Amino acid sequence: MNEETSPTQNRRDFLKTTAVVAGMTVAPGVLLYGVSRAHHAEGAVTSDVRWGMLIDTTKCSEGCDKCVSACATEHGLTEDVRPEIAAQWIRKVGVRDKQTGKEYSLPLLCQHCEHPPCVDVCPTGASFKRADGIVLVDKHICIGCRYCMMACPYKARSFIHETLENQKPYSPRGKGTVESCTLCVHRVDNEQQPACVEACNKVGHKAMLFGDLKDPNSDISKKLKEVSSTALRPDLRLNPGVRYQGL
Amino acid sequence: MKNINYCVIEGKSAGFYGGIAVSVFFILLGLFAAYNMEHHGHVITGMNNQIVWGMPHVFAIFLILSASGVLNVASISSVFRKIFYHPLARLSALLAITLLIGGLSVLVLDLGHPDRLVVAMTSYNLKSIFSWNMFLYNGFLLICVIYLWFMMERRMQRYYPTVGLIAFIWRLILTTGTGSIFGFLVAREAYHTAIMAPLFIALSLSLGLAVFLIVLIIDCWEKQCPLGQGILHRPKTLLGVFIGAVFYFVLAYHSSHLYFTGRHGVEYFILAGGGIYTVLFWGGYIFLGTILPLLLLYHERFSKSCASIAAASVLTIVGGFALLYVIIIGGQAYPLEIFPGMEVTSSSFFDKGIHAYTPSGWEILLGISGIAIAALLTVLALRILPFMPCSLADIDIEPQFKD
Repeated sequence: MNEETSPTQNRRDFLKTTAVVAGMTVAPGVLLYGVSRAHHAEGAVTSDVRWGMLIDTTKCSEGCDKCVSACATEHGLTEDVRPEIAAQWIRKVGVRDKQTGKEYSLPLLCQHCEHPPCVDVCPTGASFKRADGIVLVDKHICIGCRYCMMACPYKARSFIHETLENQKPYSPRGKGTVESCTLCVHRVDNEQQPACVEACNKVGHKAMLFGDLKDPNSDISKKLKEVSSTALRPDLRLNPGVRYQGL
Repeated sequence: MKNINYCVIEGKSAGFYGGIAVSVFFILLGLFAAYNMEHHGHVITGMNNQIVWGMPHVFAIFLILSASGVLNVASISSVFRKIFYHPLARLSALLAITLLIGGLSVLVLDLGHPDRLVVAMTSYNLKSIFSWNMFLYNGFLLICVIYLWFMMERRMQRYYPTVGLIAFIWRLILTTGTGSIFGFLVAREAYHTAIMAPLFIALSLSLGLAVFLIVLIIDCWEKQCPLGQGILHRPKTLLGVFIGAVFYFVLAYHSSHLYFTGRHGVEYFILAGGGIYTVLFWGGYIFLGTILPLLLLYHERFSKSCASIAAASVLTIVGGFALLYVIIIGGQAYPLEIFPGMEVTSSSFFDKGIHAYTPSGWEILLGISGIAIAALLTVLALRILPFMPCSLADIDIEPQFKD
């Protein structure tokens, strides 16, 4: 004879099952939320730090472009397009002093200004400066007006003219938006050096020194106190985070 | 004061349907160009990482300046109380609206992400002159609509001068904003000067009046409404004054740049060695856009005829367009001075030498579609509501209108 299940039993089972399913559904979210919050609180970007770079032009070798290729590999800037529309986050430039004839070779990248004109002119706020001085573009709200490219005195920005494929997950890029050197923010946030600096050190030139400009004990701060260095277009008083030695 | 009778255009002529057909055709072509620019990316245009603003921007700024300037006719009537211009005020405000919509359409369709227009309308960086311009342009449209309403609604006529004054001031601020898009750029030697704002104001006045006169002549021809020499004579004289004002600011701009040693390079480029930019400056702006129209407007031999006023207006537009091309494209073609006192010997990113630019057909189609949008909206508005006086014959204008 079949034993009839009481309505109370049924209700109890139902509530149990519901609680388990609901718990299993919500738990990972709660867990992940907690993890993400914990990470955010620990690693929050603050203005106690200002990331910068000192480039020693006397050590930068004329024929070497390891920094450029390292950047291209790191960020996937490998699309095969016309040079006029190709994105370049860092480039090698050769210059000659008009008076003395002395020649220099140096890498040129976003100078991560304290007062960035690109941020000033951006209508939507897509161009922004992090608290630690890194200037970035929020690709989600960049409308592709290119006013920042008109405003940058260093020609540091590129517009993406074609559909891209195989973007790196940590370095979002997209057609119709503007981009520039991120100072390898994904590496810096994990206490690594930018790819260009690492590549320069690896080949032994050590022409690029990266660090915290606000920490008086950092290598870059100590070096800046020792040697004379200059910003590009210092007349504009943008106080770039990138400085050049021997120029 | 005698009441002016306003009429709608009949809308049965071949000119009316032809005008609509041509406008729609160019709008469709422009939308097709915009679709392709969105689908394939800006790779199909002549713009690149050196010349970031190209032909669509020349068209857009031309239309935006014309929109601001064309309202001048209404302002003269309501702000400066020259009632002679009163019959033309409605057309003036209508054109201000339609030209601005045409210009903004081109600007938006050229964006890398036109689909994010809603972002541009909701996410503002208030330090950006572009953001200010979004308020200024939208505000201008709203003010012009109210201005028109007050002009056309008898009960609201007592507020009409107040709105006219607001529109007048708003228009000056708006064109200051447009000029400052370039004036605020510290990076580029051809820009970065406060004179960009008054230069753009003067240019807006000459372009706006030239566009107005052409529309007036075309409209009267289409409606076969009488157009007296008297009604053309005063705006004609004013057009000459505006052309002179633009020339004055261009002269002041270049002479101050020639005085600064650091800007000799860019001046030499524009005035002497810049190829197409030099040709457009001297041939397009100075000769076609300044000397010839002044001759047509002031020389006794030509100044009386309607054809020479029409020709002077067309030439003013050609010259103004050439000047905008030289300012916008020429200013970018000259390389940035990143290393003062040094010359660039090598670069993979075109830091050395003049940047090349050839506008593509897509860009030109998109630009022309802006004009077509303005034309279509104007024709439809003229068909629906009475913006134009039924007659502009001298005999139909009372003595006080001749004041």
